Amino acid sequence: MVQGHAIFRRRKELRKALGSAVYVVFLAAVLVSVVGLLVLLVDIVTGGIPWLSLKLILNYPSRHPEQAGLWPALIGTLWLMGLTAAFSVPVGVGAAVYLEEYAPKNRLTALIEINISNLAGVPSVVYGLLGAALFVQWLALDRSVLAGALTMSLLILPIVILASRESIRAVPRTYREAAFALGATDWQVVKGVVLPAALPGILTGVILGMSRAIGEAAPMLVISGLLFVTFIPTNPMDKFTVLPLQIFNWVSRPQEDFQGLAAAGIVLLLVVLLSMNAVAVFIRNRYQVRSDE
Amino acid sequence: MRAGTAEMGPRKPSRRIGEAVIKWLLFSCALVSILTTVGIVVSLSVQAWGFFVEVSPFEFLTGTRWSPILKPRSYGALPLVAGTLLVTGVAALVAMPIGLATATFLSEYAPDRVRRVLKPILEILAGIPTVVYGYFALTFVTPLIQDVLFPDMLVFNALSAGIVMGLMIVPMVSTLSEDAMLAVPRSLREAAYALGATRVEVSLRIVIPAALSGIVAAFIIGLSRAIGETMLVTIAAGATPKLTFNALESIQTMTAYIVQVALGEAPRGSAEFNAIFAVGSLLFVMTLCMNLLGHWVVRRWRLRY
Repeated sequence: MVQGHAIFRRRKELRKALGSAVYVVFLAAVLVSVVGLLVLLVDIVTGGIPWLSLKLILNYPSRHPEQAGLWPALIGTLWLMGLTAAFSVPVGVGAAVYLEEYAPKNRLTALIEINISNLAGVPSVVYGLLGAALFVQWLALDRSVLAGALTMSLLILPIVILASRESIRAVPRTYREAAFALGATDWQVVKGVVLPAALPGILTGVILGMSRAIGEAAPMLVISGLLFVTFIPTNPMDKFTVLPLQIFNWVSRPQEDFQGLAAAGIVLLLVVLLSMNAVAVFIRNRYQVRSDE
Repeated sequence: MRAGTAEMGPRKPSRRIGEAVIKWLLFSCALVSILTTVGIVVSLSVQAWGFFVEVSPFEFLTGTRWSPILKPRSYGALPLVAGTLLVTGVAALVAMPIGLATATFLSEYAPDRVRRVLKPILEILAGIPTVVYGYFALTFVTPLIQDVLFPDMLVFNALSAGIVMGLMIVPMVSTLSEDAMLAVPRSLREAAYALGATRVEVSLRIVIPAALSGIVAAFIIGLSRAIGETMLVTIAAGATPKLTFNALESIQTMTAYIVQVALGEAPRGSAEFNAIFAVGSLLFVMTLCMNLLGHWVVRRWRLRY
């Protein structure tokens, strides 16, 4: 009896020790991500700071690193973002409203839903190939901002739809029922009740989709191809380049100075991205309706 | 009842038409997603057709030499597939253990305060553009590995691209796995605790087995993401298609080949240009199968409580 107790106690000690050991392993794994992110940020900031200047923002690309800037890429990104938002927001929100508020439960609806979740997993470069064939060649849009924006819209559509649906679903049933009881039609309920209540969540989704679009290089590379753009686009049919493409251009040059420029460009890109994400998080925390309210 | 409200009568038909129009407009928005899939399949296969009339699919799928520009030309895609799988394999070795451990830590150990710090960090990692990861692999990880482990390793190599890609997909693997673990009911954990199990025993023997289908799906979906990743491998892994399983060598992935041709001067309609659509089709089919498999695993093997 006493002996059994001792064995039990020894095993208990052992199990506890094993527990702490595994805990340390878990903690170490978590630290890898944290440390990885820190090292990445430090590496980029230390590489980029010496090259951060107004010249970088306002100059055109150049073969001389000390003269080179990313003005056309910046304007190109603004063009691309504006057009992408113009296409993807109405279509994405429209699809989400349809699926949540109108869609009958049938095979077609199920197909659309499965399809959207699969589209979210299609590699971005494949969207680039779609754009290169469909928009650039068949619709003869050439390598224009418009072709890029249409491609990018299709790419971020699943993100916008999924986020909007989630947000629409979170609007309490009682809101809708109150409006229906007053005699509102389907569309009046959507326009007057559901969309206003779901707006913060939809906005968050749109911002997340746009921040994905800002950083995407692969599909734009397949579409715009040429990388040495020395003019800024003035209409949707102009050729263009975007920030991540300019950064890629600089990274892939062997000279060390261009690596510095690339790092500086990345700092700019990350500042834009992080502030967009901060806005999204702020909106989410500040305005989101909760269904239990 | 409708007929009874006479004064509303005249407005009704137009309103009803308006409602129907809006419904159809919204439906067509939803239909865009189907059209996108159709567009992908059609554009890939039409363009790839131009390639397959010149090169037999058999040669494409089984050939061991990829040399679309240098003569003698040869269009065997296996080196590109091997390069892709090599980088993905390295990424898996990094992302699976770290992602699973992170998920377990977040779901079973971390107090709320720690979670609130860790989750945004993972979200930031997931939101960083892949060009940035490419820069990091090329300018930091590769020199580090050369200094510490393998001085002879080439500047462009599968190893550092794979390691950084692993870091990149950790957030995805851990978030999906954590969701699966959070879905395991409290009562299972409490039953184990009541029997005297320690926290580690509950995590490893109760929660992880119960959430296994979700975890496996997270791995599969994470790897499919790695297979389709483009900029990181284009920047850091090289442009030399090679049938090798040595991660220290320079290789070329399927995605990196697509980029290389898109950057180059290959004339539209030539076999070497159309080859990117053949490679793209292969990529699309591979990732689609993995994503479907992931969703299937969740549906098929989920334990219901």
